[in-house]
Amino acid sequence: MSNPVLTITNLTKRFGGVTAVSDISLDVMPKETIAIIGPNGAGKTTFYNMVSGRMQPTEGKIMLEGRDITGLPPHKISRLGVSRSFQINNIFPEMTVQENVEVVLSAYHGHSRKLFNIASRNTSIQQEAVEFLKRLGIDSLKAQRAEVISYGDKRLLEIAMVLATQPKLVLLDEPTAGMTPDETRRTTRLIKKLADSGDYTFMITEHDMDVVFNLADRILVMHRGEKLFAGTPEEVKNHPEVRVAYLGEEDDEAVEEANP
Amino acid sequence: MKTKVLMAILAVVIAGLIAVPWIASYFYVFIFTEILILGLFAASFNLIFGYTGMLSFGHAAFFGIGAYATALVLIHLEWPFLVCLLVSMGASALLALMIGFLSVRLNEVYFAMLTLAFGMMVFAIAYQWRSVTNGSDGLAGFTLGSFGLGLDLTLANPSVYYHVVLGIVAIAAIVLYLICRSSFGMILKAIRQNPERVSFAGLNVRTYRLVAFVIAGTFAGLAGGLIAPFLRVASPELLHWSMSAEPILMAILGGTGFFLGPFIGSAAFVLLETWITTYTESWMLVLGIILAMMVIFFRKGLLGTAIDWWMEVKK
Repeated sequence: MSNPVLTITNLTKRFGGVTAVSDISLDVMPKETIAIIGPNGAGKTTFYNMVSGRMQPTEGKIMLEGRDITGLPPHKISRLGVSRSFQINNIFPEMTVQENVEVVLSAYHGHSRKLFNIASRNTSIQQEAVEFLKRLGIDSLKAQRAEVISYGDKRLLEIAMVLATQPKLVLLDEPTAGMTPDETRRTTRLIKKLADSGDYTFMITEHDMDVVFNLADRILVMHRGEKLFAGTPEEVKNHPEVRVAYLGEEDDEAVEEANP
Repeated sequence: MKTKVLMAILAVVIAGLIAVPWIASYFYVFIFTEILILGLFAASFNLIFGYTGMLSFGHAAFFGIGAYATALVLIHLEWPFLVCLLVSMGASALLALMIGFLSVRLNEVYFAMLTLAFGMMVFAIAYQWRSVTNGSDGLAGFTLGSFGLGLDLTLANPSVYYHVVLGIVAIAAIVLYLICRSSFGMILKAIRQNPERVSFAGLNVRTYRLVAFVIAGTFAGLAGGLIAPFLRVASPELLHWSMSAEPILMAILGGTGFFLGPFIGSAAFVLLETWITTYTESWMLVLGIILAMMVIFFRKGLLGTAIDWWMEVKK
């Protein structure tokens, strides 16, 4: 039995009197794909923001491979191996698709501190960038300005940038949000392939249940900031409260039972 | 093909600049000296503005301290000019490190206001510390001695001084250009477009902003060191907040997205000022109209607009 990549204990975030995330504990094992689901406002993004360093937890502890990363700034957490995507596209719009990945790679390899190299002649980084674009199937767009490519391709580009930091843990925040059904299928297939390659450990939030059941090894169900249930996709599918609250079963009686 | 033509144009411009003392009157030798010095000042500013996306309203502090440093060294120590310039760069780098350390943690308007405030403080010190700075009169009465490196140059000769300025500005511009083209420069551009993504790529954005700020301040100090002997005075006006507006105007006028934009802006600014003031007192009104037009219709500045137009024509 290997050690978990990420160990979260009693993680809590309060904004004034509102508790956005309450007492969440979770172990993420190497190479697994864990999905976090729950309705809007369940605290998924706040949870991500704490794990990636964008927000300071009010209470609780986050350990990455045994190292305490609680409350570290984003750049340090990223250096230690947690990389994330955002719900809204978060790329460098005026650069080419390939340059977007090159920026991340030169940060990762420490080239970003070089004042007198010529960035456009760094062929090893350029080749590596193309490799990452290939993995996401968007290498044909490499010379395009990032702002002109399609919405779905921008999301894939962001995933390529996330992977380029060679992370131990990848956080994807609604990777298929806003995509067309075609793009969603394509993206799900890609993530599935990346997950099956055994190179990555994924944590994914997602609204689309088909995507979740397709990808996840384990699912954490959040509700009003709390852990409602955690288990395998099968268990989640068959869990009565979860069915009622999140899988769209319109059963008034059951809703009343679940929310007394 | 296109790059070849651009390189040819650049070569002609440089040849023209070298030839200025032989083909133009003394008046234009002075004008072009000023264009080059202010061009370097504006180009240093554009490293943080156009590349990194930081709008500083206090860049004159570094320009001014560079001028004062050279003036003080010439008055009290009479060191060679090249050493004066190194002292200017060192002094402005140190000041930029202090101001930058306190300013780069803030963004947008707060950063702008803080740099403005620090700029005003530096002005107040230069204005009131009479025993060192000679107050509102500024430091004058210094003479240039040798250049340094064993070169025998008559710096008091405006044509010689012009060539010295041209050489130093050219070297400084090449260094700045290389920085812009480096991986570090790429990160600066990335920070302008999306600082959050850069920090999630594992870089401390604040550190990069600070380094850019110090580099920009250092080159502004070099420009200041060049302006003091040219004006024969280092006065508080060089540190005034209105002086901080000049590189902003020049960068926008020339085009912030292009390395040479600020130099073009400086040339346009100084030449227009020279020509328009011979006809009318209201130079600022004309400048205001031109700038408004640039910002509304030609966002990319003179150089950017020209390049765009040329690319269209050549298609």
